[in-house]
Amino acid sequence: MSETNESEILFGIYCPPHPQPLLSPEASEGYSNLRTAYDECRNRIEESEADIIIVYSTTWPSIIGHQIQALEKAVWTHVDDDFHYLGSMPYEFHMDTQFAHSMKENCQKRGLEARTVEYEGFPIDTGSVVALQLLNPDNRIPTCILSSNMYSNRSETIVLGKAVRDTLAQQNKKAVVVVVSSLSNRMFTEHIDPKEDRIHSQKDDDWNRKILEFFDDGRLEDLSQLSRDIHGQIRVQKVVAYKPAWWLAATMGQHNNYDGEVLAYEALHGSGGAVITLTPSSGSVGDKEFDEDDVEFYRGDRNVLDKGMLE
Amino acid sequence: MAKGQIVAGCLAPHPPHLVYADNPPQNEAYSEGGWETLRWGYQRLARKLKDIDYDAIVIFTPHWQTYIGTHFLGLPEFKSKSVDPVFPNLFRYNYDLQVDVELSEAMREAASEEGIITKMMRNPDFRVDYGTITSCHLLNPKWDKPIVTISSNRNAHYYSPEVMIEQATALGRACAKAIEESGKRVVLVASHSLSHRHFVEEAPLPEDMSKEHIYNHSQYVWDMKIVEMIRDGKSREVIDIMPEFTEQTIAETEGGGLIWMLGAMGFPDFPAEIYGYQSVIGTGNVIACWDPNDDTREYVL
Repeated sequence: MSETNESEILFGIYCPPHPQPLLSPEASEGYSNLRTAYDECRNRIEESEADIIIVYSTTWPSIIGHQIQALEKAVWTHVDDDFHYLGSMPYEFHMDTQFAHSMKENCQKRGLEARTVEYEGFPIDTGSVVALQLLNPDNRIPTCILSSNMYSNRSETIVLGKAVRDTLAQQNKKAVVVVVSSLSNRMFTEHIDPKEDRIHSQKDDDWNRKILEFFDDGRLEDLSQLSRDIHGQIRVQKVVAYKPAWWLAATMGQHNNYDGEVLAYEALHGSGGAVITLTPSSGSVGDKEFDEDDVEFYRGDRNVLDKGMLE
Repeated sequence: MAKGQIVAGCLAPHPPHLVYADNPPQNEAYSEGGWETLRWGYQRLARKLKDIDYDAIVIFTPHWQTYIGTHFLGLPEFKSKSVDPVFPNLFRYNYDLQVDVELSEAMREAASEEGIITKMMRNPDFRVDYGTITSCHLLNPKWDKPIVTISSNRNAHYYSPEVMIEQATALGRACAKAIEESGKRVVLVASHSLSHRHFVEEAPLPEDMSKEHIYNHSQYVWDMKIVEMIRDGKSREVIDIMPEFTEQTIAETEGGGLIWMLGAMGFPDFPAEIYGYQSVIGTGNVIACWDPNDDTREYVL
């Protein structure tokens, strides 16, 4: 599918969407640790040769296919639905519009419904705002934000990641890719003292730590293959699937050859918040287990009523 | 002081398409129309509300989603632009609205006494959600009444539909008590669709009605079942089948709005007025009104 070179991903970041590390890092040691981890990632991005930061945000749900932020200067003041009392988040983000438009075309070439959004006042989601404010505060590097379609499942998400690779290769750009997502996402349903924040349950904490072991070992493809189990075990069922590892693996490369580093793991109002980096390397850990087919082209929902009979 | 009362309860879906199709001056996008069955139904209901003496609209919206309790708007004015994150091509609406903070605080306090976790929202930069804007615009295009917006606590996600029913009913009871004590006459609005599976593609001209239809027949049959029941005054039975309906049709009732409203009205056994049913990008939408006044209740459709 690539028309020119291979895509070049310098490294990937997995980080949480909650606003505490941005708005109230001093409120607890845990939030402060997460903020320090974000700051470390920001330094690494600044020292890298990245041409673009690509964000896949689980707190930007879309319905009409996959939406791609393309407004050259996105300026607004965002307030979170739950944590509005922590304060406002004024932002100005600079988008790579050329990348956004090519990304849309490459999505369509691979069978995905996709469109760019270029509207003044468009509500950029909390997760994207937090990540970009902390990782790229001075807009040194242009960015692109991708939505997470609420109905999409594995094949669509894998293909979306591959469309990112196509676009990077076409434009010969080096990228840092960012997934904005919690690990376990169950929060406390009442207001708490931040100093007493903890992971909601022992089970969530156990699962989070197992996932962090995989990240630490650089086993991204293994995490991708485990996504359905992760969704069933530690994700509140708001959407059809846990998609971040699918997208990250399809975008960075579907293998386990990464140097993983868990910079912080803390509770965010009960949910699991981790700042993690994955850097492509030459080594590989363990045998990969591929339970599901790889996908190159999205062919839409399978119409089992029409096509279920043997011909 | 006379006792306050709920003078009407409206099930008022909020597809932004309906505002887009109306071309009000507040909305930046321009359309050639569309979805007339719903828009004409809304116009008829808006005319009815104009003839009712009321002080405020209290609206429960699924597009202000909170996980840490139920939140209430707590500042007297909000002025900004609402851009729909899903359909920004259709809805970029400049709003300027007033809030009945006194009533909002009273409802929050009553809810808290019922054991519900609550929070007042007092951040002036907060953007009011497009569900509130759409339903209120269509019910009261002049915006000449203050509103109170109540967030949708996502109990169904965290626990189960049954827990959500219990909590939304308790919230409705608390709001009714606060309204009664306030001496105010209030219109309640549950802002949502019925079945809620969308198409994931949009026609090149979104208002091309030759492309509009319900997502699947199952959704239609379920929606008609609900319409038939509310037309027969069987609101308790609607709540009883709500978990199954919500699961089978991915219904927007999962946010709790209809349960909250019917709970506040004491699960009315009189028929709802039906103002129209139509699909919008595959979802099923009915406009209905529960008028507790036997003298003014109509058989509309």
